[in-house]
Amino acid sequence: MENPSIIVRNISRSYGSVKALDDISFEILKGELFGFIGPDGAGKTTLFRILATLLLPDEGTASVEGLDVVKDFKKIRKILGYMPGRFSLYMDLSVEENLSFYATIFGTTIEENYNLIKDIYRQIEPFKKRKAGQLSGGMKQKLALCCALIHKPAVIFLDEPTTGVDAVSRMEFWEMLRRLKESNITIMVSTPYMDEASLCDRVALIQDGKIMKISKPDEIVADYRHELWAVRSGRFFELLSDLRAYPGIHSVHAFGQAAHVAFDKSGMTAEDLRKYLINNRHKDVVIEEIKPTIEDCFMELMSSEK
Amino acid sequence: MKRFTGFVIKEFFHIFRDYRTLLILFGMPAVQLLLFGYVITNEIKDARIAIYDASKDEVTRKISEKILSSGYFILEKNLKNYSEIGPTFREGKTKLVIVFGSNFAERLQREGKAELQILGDASDPNTANILVNYASGIINNYLLSINTEKVPMRIIPEVRMQYNPGLKGVFMFVPGIMAMLLMLISALMTSLSITREKELGTMELLLVSPLRPIQIIIGKVIPYVVLAFIDACIILGMGKFVFGVPIQGNIVLLLAESLLYITMALSLGILISSITNSQQIAMTVSLVALMLPTILLSGFIFPVENMPIILQVLCHLMPPKYFITIIKDIMLKGNGFIYVWKETLILALFAVAFIMMSIKKFKIRLA
Repeated sequence: MENPSIIVRNISRSYGSVKALDDISFEILKGELFGFIGPDGAGKTTLFRILATLLLPDEGTASVEGLDVVKDFKKIRKILGYMPGRFSLYMDLSVEENLSFYATIFGTTIEENYNLIKDIYRQIEPFKKRKAGQLSGGMKQKLALCCALIHKPAVIFLDEPTTGVDAVSRMEFWEMLRRLKESNITIMVSTPYMDEASLCDRVALIQDGKIMKISKPDEIVADYRHELWAVRSGRFFELLSDLRAYPGIHSVHAFGQAAHVAFDKSGMTAEDLRKYLINNRHKDVVIEEIKPTIEDCFMELMSSEK
Repeated sequence: MKRFTGFVIKEFFHIFRDYRTLLILFGMPAVQLLLFGYVITNEIKDARIAIYDASKDEVTRKISEKILSSGYFILEKNLKNYSEIGPTFREGKTKLVIVFGSNFAERLQREGKAELQILGDASDPNTANILVNYASGIINNYLLSINTEKVPMRIIPEVRMQYNPGLKGVFMFVPGIMAMLLMLISALMTSLSITREKELGTMELLLVSPLRPIQIIIGKVIPYVVLAFIDACIILGMGKFVFGVPIQGNIVLLLAESLLYITMALSLGILISSITNSQQIAMTVSLVALMLPTILLSGFIFPVENMPIILQVLCHLMPPKYFITIIKDIMLKGNGFIYVWKETLILALFAVAFIMMSIKKFKIRLA
């Protein structure tokens, strides 16, 4: 776990005047499950494509398993498993045909590396005669993962593998990634879902082409500096604006049915807030102290950046 | 090599699972050939004519008989006076009116000349022209046959239409359709199949795989070589057995030339797909840039020699022109390779140029 598998140094890439990646540097260790968390358009896909040798960086250097992404692209392509953000298998080929096609073009067979994909493939095997186009979203992603793994790559890039997949399949998918770690494959995965961050070894929070923070999920949470309260009331929409108008509140974000409110450290109490809300004609006010999640941290980082 | 075979097999899966395209691929040559062979024809058969015979004597009756028994014309009606001609044409059925002057036989006998008028419906100029020529040909023949003794010296040209004695249009259409369809299938289908991978995003995965660009390109091409070749055989077979177009020359040479042409068209298709990213654009380019020039500028329908110089120059840049020349030479004239080596070489050069350009243009990355 100590040798870096992926090294990125000062990578920048623009599309016309839009800067998709702005001077990014990081390292990923061998066998690490590394997550990129960030909203759409943060530059995740561009970064993945550069590392997958599909795009050239404007500036900076990057290497995968000691191979330069520009000079040694042919060698990288042999040791790389890549799952693009869009489902890109052949819809008119069956599950089995897709898998054996990718096995063949990487010069291997399904049997040879069956061990590696066994856990995943077993779930879609009952449908192996079905055309890939007729699979459900979760199944498609599992098949795509199998195809990306079939040649036993040393590193695997998964670009938003769980986007558009139901919650149960998402958890199953991450379960598989955790298990893959045992084969000592370096896994780089991106996702727009914050809750998936805690499943990575380390995460990078990325926004507007810049990495805001890289650390272990629990450290990111531990670094959160404010007291955090979840506030509920019967009138949710007014609740948000009323909270924002309350002096001394650091930030207010909507999380499902609750507002997460961060206090400045200025000795405010939940009681003061409750009184204020009831004065503003809110009913059924519930205020409870909560532990920050990755998403709270991300929101915090995002707003402090601006 | 195993990688490559795997890739080709995958391509065949794509083709055979797409029934509709497959139907078009094999149905199109048959339909087109039947259309051109039977419907779109400029041969004359059973054209309706009207006759206004002002003298009604032995000679005019003979001439009418000759005309009507030629097989080209059938009598729509006999006109009673000159003023009926206008309305008859206006009805639209009658394409030709023949008018004999009065005292036809008598004047012919006495003065050695008589008046005969042929009126054609030139709202369709080509047909009118052909009909008028046919009719006057028949009349002249008849006149020659009745006064053989009187004319001391004369030259009777005996016309024979070499290689296509019946002047059948289908002799021209078979090579033309072959050039057109093979171009269409090969160029359009390959360019579509490559751009489809780009659109679906599977190209991204192919690029990341250890497959080399040349393997991807050749793998894409091979299935379509097979399909287009089958089409070539269908066209030749139908031409021979349905329309009686002879294959005078060496069939192996003919098929080999077809294969060369197919390869050329396929490499053009690859070139198109390597400079476009969407199926839509690939299709438009293939249709506009290939179909129209193939039909108009290849000598398929309009003879190249009659075009303005600039268009003639353009024609020489059209690969189908050479192919049509080659098949006509081999099929109709029975010429061997020594007569068509120049055209063959030009086609081969086109093919090599297109392949080189596409390999150079093929992107090993996304952008």
